[in-house]
Amino acid sequence: MLCCWIASMMSMNCLINCQFKCTEASLLGDSGTKMWFKCWDIISTYSFKIHHHYYQFIGSKRVSKTWWRKLLLSWVIGWTVVSIWIFCYMSSQATEKRRETLASMCDERARMLQDQFNVSMNHIQAMSILISTFHHGKNPSAIDQMTFARYTERTAFERPLTSGVAYAVRVLHSEREQFEKHQGWTIKRMDTLEKNPVHKDDYNPDLFEPSPIQEEYAPVIFAQDIISHVISIDLLSGKEDRENVLRARKSGKGVLTAPFPLLKTNRLGVILTFAVYKRDLPSNATPNERIQATNGYLGGVFDVESLVEKLLHQLASKQTILVNVLDTTNRSYPISMYGSNASDDGLELVSHLNFGDPFRKHEMRCRFKQKPPWPWLAITTSIGILVIALLVGHIFHAAVNRIAKVEDDCHKMMELKKQAEAADVAKSQFLATVSHEIRTPMNGVLGMLHMLMDTDLDVTQLDYVRTAQASGKALVALINEVLDQAKIESGKLELEEVQFDLRAVLDDVLSLFSGKAQDKGVELAVFISDQVPETLIGDPGRFRQIITNLMGNSIKFTEKGHIHVTVHLVEEVIDSIEVETESSSNNTLSGFPVADRLQSWKGFRTFSQEGSIHPFSDSINIIVSVEDTGEGIPIEAQSRVFTPFMQVGPSISRTHGGTGIGLSISKCLVNLMKGEIGFVSIPKIGSTFTFTAGFTSGSSSSKEYKSQQINNQTNSVSSEFRGKRALVVDPRSVRAKVSRYHIQRLGIHVEVVSDWKQGLSSISQGGSAFNMVLIEQEVWDQDLNGSAHFIDNLEKRAITTPKVFLLSNSISSSRANTTTSGVCNLTVIPKPLRASMLAASLQRAMGDGNKGNPRNGELPSLSLQNLLPGRKILIVDDNNVNLKVAAGALKKYGADVVSASRGMEAIELLTPPHRFDACFMDIQMPEMDGFEATKRIRDSEQNINDRIHFGELSVETYNNISNWHVPILAMTADVIQATHEECLRRIRSESVGRTSVHDLLMASVQPPLLWHALRYLNKSQFFPREKNVFL
Amino acid sequence: MDLVQLQRQFVDYRTSLYHEGFLDEQFTQLQELQDENNPDFVVEVVSLFFEDSERLLNELARALEQQSIDYKRIDAHVHQLKGSSSSIGAQRVQKVCIAFRNYCEEQNVEGCLKCLQQVRHEYSLVKTKLESLFQLEQQILTAGGSIPM
Repeated sequence: MLCCWIASMMSMNCLINCQFKCTEASLLGDSGTKMWFKCWDIISTYSFKIHHHYYQFIGSKRVSKTWWRKLLLSWVIGWTVVSIWIFCYMSSQATEKRRETLASMCDERARMLQDQFNVSMNHIQAMSILISTFHHGKNPSAIDQMTFARYTERTAFERPLTSGVAYAVRVLHSEREQFEKHQGWTIKRMDTLEKNPVHKDDYNPDLFEPSPIQEEYAPVIFAQDIISHVISIDLLSGKEDRENVLRARKSGKGVLTAPFPLLKTNRLGVILTFAVYKRDLPSNATPNERIQATNGYLGGVFDVESLVEKLLHQLASKQTILVNVLDTTNRSYPISMYGSNASDDGLELVSHLNFGDPFRKHEMRCRFKQKPPWPWLAITTSIGILVIALLVGHIFHAAVNRIAKVEDDCHKMMELKKQAEAADVAKSQFLATVSHEIRTPMNGVLGMLHMLMDTDLDVTQLDYVRTAQASGKALVALINEVLDQAKIESGKLELEEVQFDLRAVLDDVLSLFSGKAQDKGVELAVFISDQVPETLIGDPGRFRQIITNLMGNSIKFTEKGHIHVTVHLVEEVIDSIEVETESSSNNTLSGFPVADRLQSWKGFRTFSQEGSIHPFSDSINIIVSVEDTGEGIPIEAQSRVFTPFMQVGPSISRTHGGTGIGLSISKCLVNLMKGEIGFVSIPKIGSTFTFTAGFTSGSSSSKEYKSQQINNQTNSVSSEFRGKRALVVDPRSVRAKVSRYHIQRLGIHVEVVSDWKQGLSSISQGGSAFNMVLIEQEVWDQDLNGSAHFIDNLEKRAITTPKVFLLSNSISSSRANTTTSGVCNLTVIPKPLRASMLAASLQRAMGDGNKGNPRNGELPSLSLQNLLPGRKILIVDDNNVNLKVAAGALKKYGADVVSASRGMEAIELLTPPHRFDACFMDIQMPEMDGFEATKRIRDSEQNINDRIHFGELSVETYNNISNWHVPILAMTADVIQATHEECLRRIRSESVGRTSVHDLLMASVQPPLLWHALRYLNKSQFFPREKNVFL
Repeated sequence: MDLVQLQRQFVDYRTSLYHEGFLDEQFTQLQELQDENNPDFVVEVVSLFFEDSERLLNELARALEQQSIDYKRIDAHVHQLKGSSSSIGAQRVQKVCIAFRNYCEEQNVEGCLKCLQQVRHEYSLVKTKLESLFQLEQQILTAGGSIPM
């Protein structure tokens, strides 16, 4: 509807405009074209408006195509009509103009003809006066034929239109004889002449018969020489002349005959007749008086044809028009006086002529000689408008079509986009689903393989099974990675927010790779700056994943040299950038050159905008670098390092394995931690990967944390070493820094010297004695004599002989050296250094009792023995044998063990107040399984906590503990995923407060797993009865 | 008998037990748990295992004789037996238990009965082996020697 309205409005406006312009155009001529341009402008503005409206319309609702078709059609038809109208209008204008021109020309001619005629007539009238004066007024007459003829001849120029003048006198019959006698001729009649036309040659007046007897006669007595033949002829006998004469004497004015062929010349002519009166008559005299007073008649012959011809010759442009002069006294039979009779139905214009005779009517008819020319202006203008309109229509059409096409395309694109997005989501979902679905049976396969390994197998079979299990594990790892990638891509991955110890995480990762590093002879080291807080809040699992990934890559590609992990605060690094650049390339962990790690964080935003770091906020930004001396990444491959599934080359996966997904996942994880990742790599020298990650500070957010901090793993062992002093002999400052960091974690004061001499001097100078000396293996091997000398002097100079340790990279070589050096009290500490291992080694060497389990080398019992004595632990298992074994294991480490064989018993025992520090519970029990028992215990704890909280129960009766929550550990031999997941599910549904996956523990009754369990307990702040949720 | 010979015989016998798959790592760890404070720990645990197992085997035999067999109950018993056998490291018994539980899940009476036979057999085997091992140990101890680890 809107469209229609616009269209109609527009066409109306255009019409008005056009009409206006057209009239103006015809008036202004030249400026017309300009006007048309204006008109066009207006049209185009309208079209623009229409477009505008169209777009608005599009915005709200899509106009159907048919609408546009109709609009277009009406547009075309409308403009066709308009152009036809313009054509008609313009051609009519032209015709009108032509008519006007013709009219003015015709009028001009008529007026001239009339004027000249009047002049002649006046002269004839003057002549009649002359005759009445000199012929009739005088007696005898002063005029005779001779005089008359001469006079008229000489005054002929006065009467340009008359060919001749004659005078006839009135003669009554009574006077005829006397008259004839007087004149000497008889009055002759004219009518015979008319009947028998004569030729000029044999013209003879004698041929005329004498006039019959009439009442009166009007014989010509005087005549101009040209027409002297008419003398003696009675005018009254001629039909035309008689009428003329009668009318002339009656009216007293000049009268005209109808045109008739003249005597002798036989040309068409008219005769003007004036009556000559005897006396002056008043103007109001009656016709009878006039007849009575008549003396004679003066007649002038007008040769109309030649007359008009002559006249027209005088005028310009005579050839453009045709002139006809007609006597129209008798309307129905007009007598042509001049001009061709060629009838033409073209334009004809009539001008009335007044020759002074009211009886006779004459008119002049004018025509153009040529037919009217084609109205080219009108034709071109209208066609032009039509063409423009059609073009505009075409443009509209094309535009609409184009818009429709573009819209269609756009719709298609949208569809495709949706499809593509859906496909992407589907891909991720598919990956996630399939991965999950594969993982579940894979766990079954792994579990079964594990069981298969326990069966009676020979060596080959065992090897096969091991290989199968290793492959299965690799597959599960890959699936987990793919699952991670899919989760990240679909945005489903969320980071946890739990407290964790960064140093412990790095220790764990280090222990993971220590075996491999030792096999390859690559030195592995971790250094964490003192500025980094003990605990952070974040996702330790994911952080660990990134570190593991980077270190895994490093160790894969490094054959010699070192892998060095450093952790700093971002602020710290920014401050020290200038200092760092000074460090020489040789000052690295193993002495091999490395890729400068400064380069790896060049592009980081964090460094470019320092203002974004708020020193007072809770957030802690750490920067982690993993530096290796591996083969490096080829320059051409560096750009796609973070692209999933893109490895450096196809040969890489053959030689080193892996999917190439790890770095991509790491990058995503780093991004999730609001950090950045970057690297620098020099082929054949090594790579350094650096990433930043944002955490929140753990210590400031919770008060309860402080009490837990004391019981940290490292702290629990460090109490033994607190206040002791150590001397590290190492010429390489970076390595010494790492050693110092680890030793300091145990609370030992460290001094670093670079060679033997300095070492000895500091030992002898030092006020307080050193308890231990740690010597880098490199120093030891370089100079065996020097070392022997040092040991000798050590014993002499020192107040108390310190224990000497060798920091060694690989165990085998160091052992060989030890034996050759022959120093018996030298203890080897294998690298990589870790606080727990270092503590164990030191303790073994320095402590008196060495009860540790020698089998593992790691001495896990060491901490357990400190941990368990005096602790009261409840073990719940329906199987007596299992119960006995588990109790035995715990008792061995000094725990006070209470056994229960049923769930109900456990619930009774664990109803507060009680003195149990932890509970180990079997999951599968008859009557009441572990899950149910745990749930009941938690319920009762919650109940009592609430009541204490509301003051219903006094805290005193509950050992001053207001928040009862005993750690419960699940015991199961079933290590298959399903049980793990079930535990998780239970924890989620029953947990109090936030719980992380890592709070879950699965302990087997088998002692190695039990140790793991206890270690885990130890780590997770087992002693204070705080809000730790275990199942 | 010479003490050294006894000790060697003991070590050989023990090794053969491991080798033939009667015992596994778990038994070693069990032995490690024994110390001055708890000198008879292994024997105590093992005799507890014997008592327990015999009770369970009888229960199982009785349960399988029933007209309508309560597989849930049987499964629970076998689970118990499996747990205790794995606790002392009697891995052959444990393995049969795994198969037993599978049959139990399938509710296969014949399989169950067959497995019960096997379990009985394996149990009596491991019992005699362990008893003779303890006898040897006792002999060494009475001869004044120490048990070689």
